[in-house]
Amino acid sequence: MSKHHVTTTINGEPMEYLCEAQQTMLDVLRDELGLTGSKEGCSSGDCGACTIICDGNIVCSCLMLGVEAEGRAITTIEGIAQGDKLHPVQQKFLEHAALQCGFCTPGLIVAAKALLDTTLNPTEEEARYWLAGNLCRCTGYDKILRAVMDAASVMRAEAGQ
Amino acid sequence: MPRVNYEAPTSVDDAVKILAGASGLAKVLSGGTDLLVQLRSGRLKPELIVDTKRIPGMIGIREDSDYFLVGAATPGVMLSSHAGLEHAWPGIVEGADLIGSTQVQGRASLAGNLCNASPAADSVPAVIAARTIVVIAGPNGKREVPAEAVATGPGRTSLAKGEFIVEFKIPKPKPHQSDSYLRFIPRTEMDIAVVGCGTNVTLDANGVCIDARVVLGAVAPTTVIVEDAAKALIGHKLDDATLAALDAAARAACKPISDKRGTIEYRTKVAGVLARRTAAIAFERAAAR
Repeated sequence: MSKHHVTTTINGEPMEYLCEAQQTMLDVLRDELGLTGSKEGCSSGDCGACTIICDGNIVCSCLMLGVEAEGRAITTIEGIAQGDKLHPVQQKFLEHAALQCGFCTPGLIVAAKALLDTTLNPTEEEARYWLAGNLCRCTGYDKILRAVMDAASVMRAEAGQ
Repeated sequence: MPRVNYEAPTSVDDAVKILAGASGLAKVLSGGTDLLVQLRSGRLKPELIVDTKRIPGMIGIREDSDYFLVGAATPGVMLSSHAGLEHAWPGIVEGADLIGSTQVQGRASLAGNLCNASPAADSVPAVIAARTIVVIAGPNGKREVPAEAVATGPGRTSLAKGEFIVEFKIPKPKPHQSDSYLRFIPRTEMDIAVVGCGTNVTLDANGVCIDARVVLGAVAPTTVIVEDAAKALIGHKLDDATLAALDAAARAACKPISDKRGTIEYRTKVAGVLARRTAAIAFERAAAR
């Protein structure tokens, strides 16, 4: 079975790779491209640890095939910071200690960043529903929600709102 | 995951040829939120996956004077962000939006939900209640069937080899027509319906129901159109006697199983409750327009 040649954009960089049809986007990121920030939790789209942004929408990279990335624009956790400058969501996760084991953190940060790309004024309820597909078994979510809401307020201030 | 071949045709004709010519099991890939899980678990062992998303029209929502034309692979996030569809059929959008997480909404489609043929599919009852027509492409050209004709049992559809859904034709609402969908789950998100109910009603200027469709999910091997529930509504306002008749008709239509999500008795009772609640919401919405 021949491999598929895929041309795509990952974290703003043009990228080419070869993959087999049954390899998920998560397999490709981790095993072919060495981008191991996205985590494999459940492999069934329930836990959100593998969350990436594909053409503006968050998706579980375990429920997407690597070949489907052809011509798409993908953002992973590795693309959230701007060089050395952390994204406000990342900064606030640190300040609020919104993690313990850290396994869910990349997915939560990508999902929370995507939420704040759509609105800088989420209610806590909206943030909770948005993040319902990201499971954390350590924190009880309280610090995560505080970090996300705090990041939103920082981003509103930066935007002059 | 087990080895599989992958094709991403860019025309309906090519997709039909590839599907029809497959020597083994060929599966259509829309959002993949069911298919890839089944592939990984080994429940399905396809030889070929045909990704239909590169075919023009498979993703997106168009309108003509009579219909919303929804591409079969359009993800949930595009349905819920389409102001015209959301206004016309809040129940259809509510049902689709209840499927999975934000991540799943970025991929999951109406066609995938319908063809996965789970009786608990959340987008299906309101789609059927709106008398949606499904456009199916196949080796003999295109054919149109009502949405309720697709699923024939859990995991089984009426689609023949080489066929796949290209479009949903959702009729535009008449004056004083609206819908609603509710499902019951034991938690607030990320679960599968114990019972789902989609109700679509048309009222006259006095608030009397002149047309109705009540569709239950997760209470039988397929979604159920409850004819007696529609009869209980038509010719009536939503008074206590009508609600009682509706509740009884919905319960009578249930042929559920007992499983970890609910017993037969519980599902049957909840079906009556959701029929009443969806009717109340749909009547209120229909009267307001």
